[in-house]
Amino acid sequence: MGYPHQPHAKETVVLSQYFGDPEARTYQGWVKRGGYAALRTALARKPAEIVEIVKESGLRGRGGAGFPTGLKWSFMPKEKSKPHYLCCNADESEPGTFKDREIMRWTPHGLIEACAIAQYAIQAEVTYIYIRGEFTEPLAIMQRALDEAYREGVLGANAMGTGKRLDMYLHRGAGAYICGEETALMNSIEGRRGNPRIRPPFPAAVGVFGMPTTINNVETLAAVPHILNRGAAWYKSLCLSNPKSTGTKLFSVCGHVRRPGNYEVTMGFPLKDLLYDLCGGMRGGRTLKACIPGGSSVPILNREETESCLLDYEGCATQGTMLGSGGVIVFDDSADMVYQIMRLARFYAHESCAQCTQCREGTAWVTKILQRILAGDGHQKDLDLLLDLSEQMTGKTICVLSDSCAAPVVSGIRKFRQEFEAYLTGARRPAGAGVAV
Amino acid sequence: MSEHELVSLTIEGVDVSVPKGTLLIEAAKQAGVVVPHYCYHPGLPVAGVCRMCLVEVEKTPKLQIACATPVAPGMVVRVMSPPALEARKGVLEFLLINHPLDCPICDQAGECELQDYVFQEGRARTRYGSFAKRFNPVEDFGGDVLYVPNRCILCTRCVRFMDHVADDSILNVSERGDRALIGIHGDRALDHPWAGNVVDLCPVGSLISKDFLHKARAWELDRTASVCTGCSQGCNVTLDTRQSAVVRARPRPNPDVNRYFMCDYGRGQYRWMNGGDRIEAPLLAERDGLVATDWDHALARAAQLIKGAAGRTVVLASARASTEALFLARRLAGGSSVTGAFRVEYVPGEAPLSGVPNLALRSERAPNATGARVLGYTEAFDAAVRTASEAGLVLVLDEPLHGVPANTLAGAGMVIYLGTVLPEAARVARVVLPIANVAEEDGTFVNRDRRAQRYFQAKATPGMARPAWWVLGELLAELGRGGPFATAAEAFDLLSREDPSFAGLSYATLGTQGVGLPAARPPVVVPA
Repeated sequence: MGYPHQPHAKETVVLSQYFGDPEARTYQGWVKRGGYAALRTALARKPAEIVEIVKESGLRGRGGAGFPTGLKWSFMPKEKSKPHYLCCNADESEPGTFKDREIMRWTPHGLIEACAIAQYAIQAEVTYIYIRGEFTEPLAIMQRALDEAYREGVLGANAMGTGKRLDMYLHRGAGAYICGEETALMNSIEGRRGNPRIRPPFPAAVGVFGMPTTINNVETLAAVPHILNRGAAWYKSLCLSNPKSTGTKLFSVCGHVRRPGNYEVTMGFPLKDLLYDLCGGMRGGRTLKACIPGGSSVPILNREETESCLLDYEGCATQGTMLGSGGVIVFDDSADMVYQIMRLARFYAHESCAQCTQCREGTAWVTKILQRILAGDGHQKDLDLLLDLSEQMTGKTICVLSDSCAAPVVSGIRKFRQEFEAYLTGARRPAGAGVAV
Repeated sequence: MSEHELVSLTIEGVDVSVPKGTLLIEAAKQAGVVVPHYCYHPGLPVAGVCRMCLVEVEKTPKLQIACATPVAPGMVVRVMSPPALEARKGVLEFLLINHPLDCPICDQAGECELQDYVFQEGRARTRYGSFAKRFNPVEDFGGDVLYVPNRCILCTRCVRFMDHVADDSILNVSERGDRALIGIHGDRALDHPWAGNVVDLCPVGSLISKDFLHKARAWELDRTASVCTGCSQGCNVTLDTRQSAVVRARPRPNPDVNRYFMCDYGRGQYRWMNGGDRIEAPLLAERDGLVATDWDHALARAAQLIKGAAGRTVVLASARASTEALFLARRLAGGSSVTGAFRVEYVPGEAPLSGVPNLALRSERAPNATGARVLGYTEAFDAAVRTASEAGLVLVLDEPLHGVPANTLAGAGMVIYLGTVLPEAARVARVVLPIANVAEEDGTFVNRDRRAQRYFQAKATPGMARPAWWVLGELLAELGRGGPFATAAEAFDLLSREDPSFAGLSYATLGTQGVGLPAARPPVVVPA
């Protein structure tokens, strides 16, 4: 549903069915809505069978990279010689993204059930749900639900009365964007500084506490009970375009649309329809200028690209961007793209973990140049410099934070060069007092 | 798969075969290529953060960091290809934008890897423009270490050393983004006994030694391989000298002894090597006291005294003396009625470096106590001093005679004193022969694990002082019992011929990293 709006007819409501329904937050309410049936089914089967079903469903990671979930699970050692861990990445910090927050706020038991199934499928003893520190309300709701789940025997030494042990902990982040990167998240859980780790070794071999670990996004996991309940074939059939992208996806739309919010649509849904139908079009009768379809880290689309973009992994790639986390940021013709791009760069400069040279120094330098341009002090060669620095910051670091800073800069200059030129030539006056730079 | 399985690959057009699991950066050394790097250090866990060692690997879309990429069969690696050079040029530019470029007043200049690589493959001019550089004040980390954050490139070698090698997490990376800097535990100083290594590990002038601060420029220094005299561990060191003064000691890598490290106590040892209170000429006891003379007269007088000596001979030796000198002194003293003794300061408790097996500042605070024992000296020093008064000949080998009352040796038949300084108790000597200290001669020490290690002459001897092996060789020659020796190697050759503990060894076989002595044998009786 387009929470907080009523569901739109074009939505495919699966994960968001109970958004806005307080009763679904309680154990009793969740069971009444068919909750924990999938977990019961799962615990009666072999872990490998669950992995197969998820593989078959075509479910792919909803955190940004779009890696096939079943395949990821299958990387865990088959012969168990060490403890296994599941980490649920609920550190939703990508600017423009707020879907996991709603999943946790409205269907906490759904997430717990999903984690328990995944945990069983990868033969993990423990699940850590790593919740973004700023999410105080989702944390409180999740904690209440977790306590209930233990009290009701869903989790613990005798999970669902099956004699199997399932343990789950909430871990609250401390406010660092980078802790949403899976290896930084593991470091953070271990009590270390949240720095991304070099791969290999990959988490399935050496993860949290040095043990085999799987890390999945909240939305990815949340789809799993539905797949078990309704079958892989059903999930696979949820596809409007490319068969490699299946299921539903929550899009968090923000920016200059009439009805911002979360919308759940089938993979392959046209971005144009999302913006013009579901979100009611641009506010104040303005026209669309640009759109970032997958959270702040992906390349910006101009109007034409936005209007022909299909919302799945391949459809976004066709337009030269990425589906990412599904955080759709919309700009109308009033937006100053130079300022918007500076704001993004400044975010990354603030959040860089400082490990890799290109990222530590590059994100800050790029921000300074953009601020200089906005202040009317830019040089003609600044655009080439920005592009060159972006090149140095792409594909050369441990994680992709640096690339994420470069992506909007490069696509912004490429697609909105005239706006940069306007500042450089003096045709556009610097923002006056009161505009934060 | 065998641990010794070899992998063949091509680096910069050179075919190399290295053990499976070797990192590209190490394999490149086999190909004669040093991949520029900052955060990588063979003695520390891999961090992969500086991104300087990016190289091109054929069939891999992205550039790879050589420090974290293991070799694979058939790999083709290009270190100096345009994409790799371009990427490293980018890293260097990023590292320099906030760097103060204060090389003219920086201690590291001349031995700075940032300076070196920027000159080697960096950009000639900055594109940073007029932006203010990051500024943080200099911080005293305690111990011997100053932190100059403005020069820091955040390679984290220091943090990893303290975390993983010293096992004492005093340092960290504080803040994020371009505000990041090395932080120190709020309640602690960098006073770990091995903390000084962070200064050597720092590839730039960010962590610097207070002791060495502004003392010398790197290009003025001569560097000499030596062995630390601080304790019986025998850490391999480099003595840096400037105009015949040792100004600094730094660890010299030896995988079997000290890897890449040395302790702060050992670092301080260089100071006594520069002492100005030295004996600079041979002295003979004349009617009005000790009188300076030349070597010919002094050696002749000493030889004459030795020939005429009757009864027991006592050798009071220093455990800082070279193995050669200890051997030759006993040989000079002659037959069975010889008492050879030394003494060592024992400081209770060891200070181990936990990340390296069998490495510690030992409580036995002398470099060659094991060598002395192997050569038949005992630690019954006080007893030996007591018997000295009845001895026919007392030979003192650089033993400072601390605590030995001035008149103790007065009753001795004859005292021949070979030393660097002249303590009060030695003024009764009939002949005083000035000798070189460890920094002024070639020689060997035997460490606690019976490893014989060479040290090399780092500076000139003061005045007429000569190495003890030369002095003793001359005396032996006068007596027709071997010698003279033109080099320490010749003296060692005699030792290896005569003493089975050193059989088969030579300066050539010892090299610069030393060799373990053959298995322990009963102490040898020095032939008359």
